[in-house]
Amino acid sequence: MRDPHLSAITEATGITETTRITEAPGIAGSAEGRLTLDHLDTLESESIHIFREVGAEFERPVLLFSGGKDSVVMLHLAAKAFWPGPVPFPVLHVDTGHNFPEVLAYRDRAVAEKGVRLEVAMVQDYIDDGRLSDRTDGTRNPLQTQPLLDAIAGHRFDAVFGGGRRDEEKARAKERIFSLRDEFGAWDPRNQRPELWNLYNGRHRPGEHVRVFPVSNWTELDIWRYIAREDIDLPELYYAHQREVFERDGMLLAVGPVSQPRASETVVTRQVRYRTVGDMSCTGAVESDALTVDDVVVEVAATRLTERGATRADDRLSEAAMEDRKKEGYF
Amino acid sequence: MTFRTATLDAATLNAASNALRKHAHPTLLRLATAGSVDDGKSTLVGRLLHDSKSVLADQLDAVERVSRDRGLAHADLALLTDGLRAEREQGITIDVAYRYFATADRSFILADCPGHVQYTRNTVTGASTADAVVLLVDARKGVLEQTRRHLAVAALLRVPHVVVAVNKIDLVGFDQDIYTQVAADLAAVASDLGLPDLRTVPVSALEGDNVVDRSSRTDWYAGPSLLEILEALPSADDPSHEEFRFPVQLTLRPQEAARDAAHREYRGYAGQIASGVVRVGDEVVVLPSGRRTTIAGIDTADGELALAFAPRSVSLRLADDIDVARGDLIAAASSAPEPTRDLVATVCWLSDAPLSRHSRVLLKHTTRTTRAIIGAVDGVLDLDAVQIVPAEDLGLNDIGRLRIRTSEPIAAEPYAGHRRTGAFLLIDAQSGQTLAAGMIGDPLAGEGAHADQWDI
Repeated sequence: MRDPHLSAITEATGITETTRITEAPGIAGSAEGRLTLDHLDTLESESIHIFREVGAEFERPVLLFSGGKDSVVMLHLAAKAFWPGPVPFPVLHVDTGHNFPEVLAYRDRAVAEKGVRLEVAMVQDYIDDGRLSDRTDGTRNPLQTQPLLDAIAGHRFDAVFGGGRRDEEKARAKERIFSLRDEFGAWDPRNQRPELWNLYNGRHRPGEHVRVFPVSNWTELDIWRYIAREDIDLPELYYAHQREVFERDGMLLAVGPVSQPRASETVVTRQVRYRTVGDMSCTGAVESDALTVDDVVVEVAATRLTERGATRADDRLSEAAMEDRKKEGYF
Repeated sequence: MTFRTATLDAATLNAASNALRKHAHPTLLRLATAGSVDDGKSTLVGRLLHDSKSVLADQLDAVERVSRDRGLAHADLALLTDGLRAEREQGITIDVAYRYFATADRSFILADCPGHVQYTRNTVTGASTADAVVLLVDARKGVLEQTRRHLAVAALLRVPHVVVAVNKIDLVGFDQDIYTQVAADLAAVASDLGLPDLRTVPVSALEGDNVVDRSSRTDWYAGPSLLEILEALPSADDPSHEEFRFPVQLTLRPQEAARDAAHREYRGYAGQIASGVVRVGDEVVVLPSGRRTTIAGIDTADGELALAFAPRSVSLRLADDIDVARGDLIAAASSAPEPTRDLVATVCWLSDAPLSRHSRVLLKHTTRTTRAIIGAVDGVLDLDAVQIVPAEDLGLNDIGRLRIRTSEPIAAEPYAGHRRTGAFLLIDAQSGQTLAAGMIGDPLAGEGAHADQWDI
């Protein structure tokens, strides 16, 4: 017997055969004709629901935006959640001062195109006036915490969207979607609110805020398949290009103002791309032939290394590097 | 090893490319694990991730390094799932952790729920979103009181599927009779509890038998491996057999701020479809006001849809200009629930401070948060006997039956048939802490149960 709902899909999509249901956008059908969203549409709908909950329940949300792929996908999802209205909150970039120039250029382009206001908290300001000093290893990723917390307090942001994903790192695997931070910005992993169904509890007291992770359940591959499907523009350095690099601690670092090779390190030109973007002095490139988004999807599906293991020196500091930074208020 | 990724070889890339093309629309299945201490749950999850090639080389490297440091002969796969410093130091799992793995045509989200610390709280949390619970039973011990309790929680939370891995089958010499007995005992418990779908599979998590690949050492077992079972489970519920429910999250009314001038007059109600299917032209009712109207349009940022189904996030336009706000429920006119201020509910108490200290609370049901007063405690559920016994208070991890009065009417309906619109949270208004997970009615009694049937 013919399922009346399939007839409705037929009308809606112009697809006539049951067996072709799988080809309808976003519908992962099956032979029995069950209505099932495919995994990207399921994840997209979950993220949009999270954005709308925050938009409805919080007074002063902000979205952390670095120009990195996860924050770009977040902004894309936020724009969809509030369509046809504008994204109803600003974005905040915690600028290490160790940027890839093309990522900064992309950042400015993207916020202009989406029509959102950009706030910037500069690590450099803190170093210039002595509130922070550079670490001996040169990485500024951990130094972002204080400017971030000051910006949150200064703007009285009550909800802060972060692009953290649970598949990234083992401390993040324990993170809630709505994660309460006390007045010190601290994460207390042993005292988290249980998160049930899709009922998010955003209650907080004055001075506290909630970190919200709308792409918690996305994997790196999901992010890339979505970028491909939605045709999302990214900074060029995510795709294979020729670059002067040198090898340090098993990573390929770009030659730039903040990452100069030492005498013992040889500069070579390689075809590389970046799997993550961050502090230029500690973010490694990977050798790659992936020139297009489809190439990257295939490469990510085939890779045998995690993105942080492959590219982040700061996460290799210790077994609990990320947990320790998160407890202090890091992203 | 070096962390520099060498360019991947052509054969590897080709294989990945073909797999992606062949399965352009994989489905998503949400799992929760359950098990007791020492039944090998972390090992099973580690094995599942490892054998499905979801553990990458650098993660495995780290596990091998730590295992060596601890003087272990083999890599301890349980280390893959212990994320926090305290967990690694104490060798225990503290909190629910989320794992991700994928096969060619299905992506899995696995909520890994620890077995001993705050067992009920964690398992209720994991099971609340799960399409399937993966339960471990030690083949040497068979069905224990603990096992009954795990299954009762799955039944209470109305998890559609339970898959029981009868573990350590190697330690009973791959004995068919032992497995058959355990499977029969499980089937009997499932039948008592009214679990709709329970499957069993004999495994050795430690050695990998029947976890991903079928084992030659259990030739008497002709069924699929654990992963094959998980790949074949029907995903979630079929929206075409559900009643349409749509909690309104917010009104989209951009006016002058519209990104396109054509949308200045736009007025749509944004939300995620909680259950069922909606079509343009459908007659709906807005609750709690009870006003009727029809669906004029179903919008997304990518364009209009003629129909949409759960769990899609959309924006609905209504034919009539009626008052609709966050917290309202748009429901199929033919099957709408009756708004009420008096609830009988089953709750799992999640807070250290007992219920008696929280007579006035906030109740969050779908997108509506309202003040509520907790009335009489009818009793507490004895998970071993699966029956309500008299009680006057609820403490941490207790599951009890309560009467609750809300300050605003809510579109409440039995959790048994409505996992989204039958669920709620109780929240402490001062501290903001989540106090309890609530389910309207008696989920174990099924959909037909009414308040007056609950005699204690």
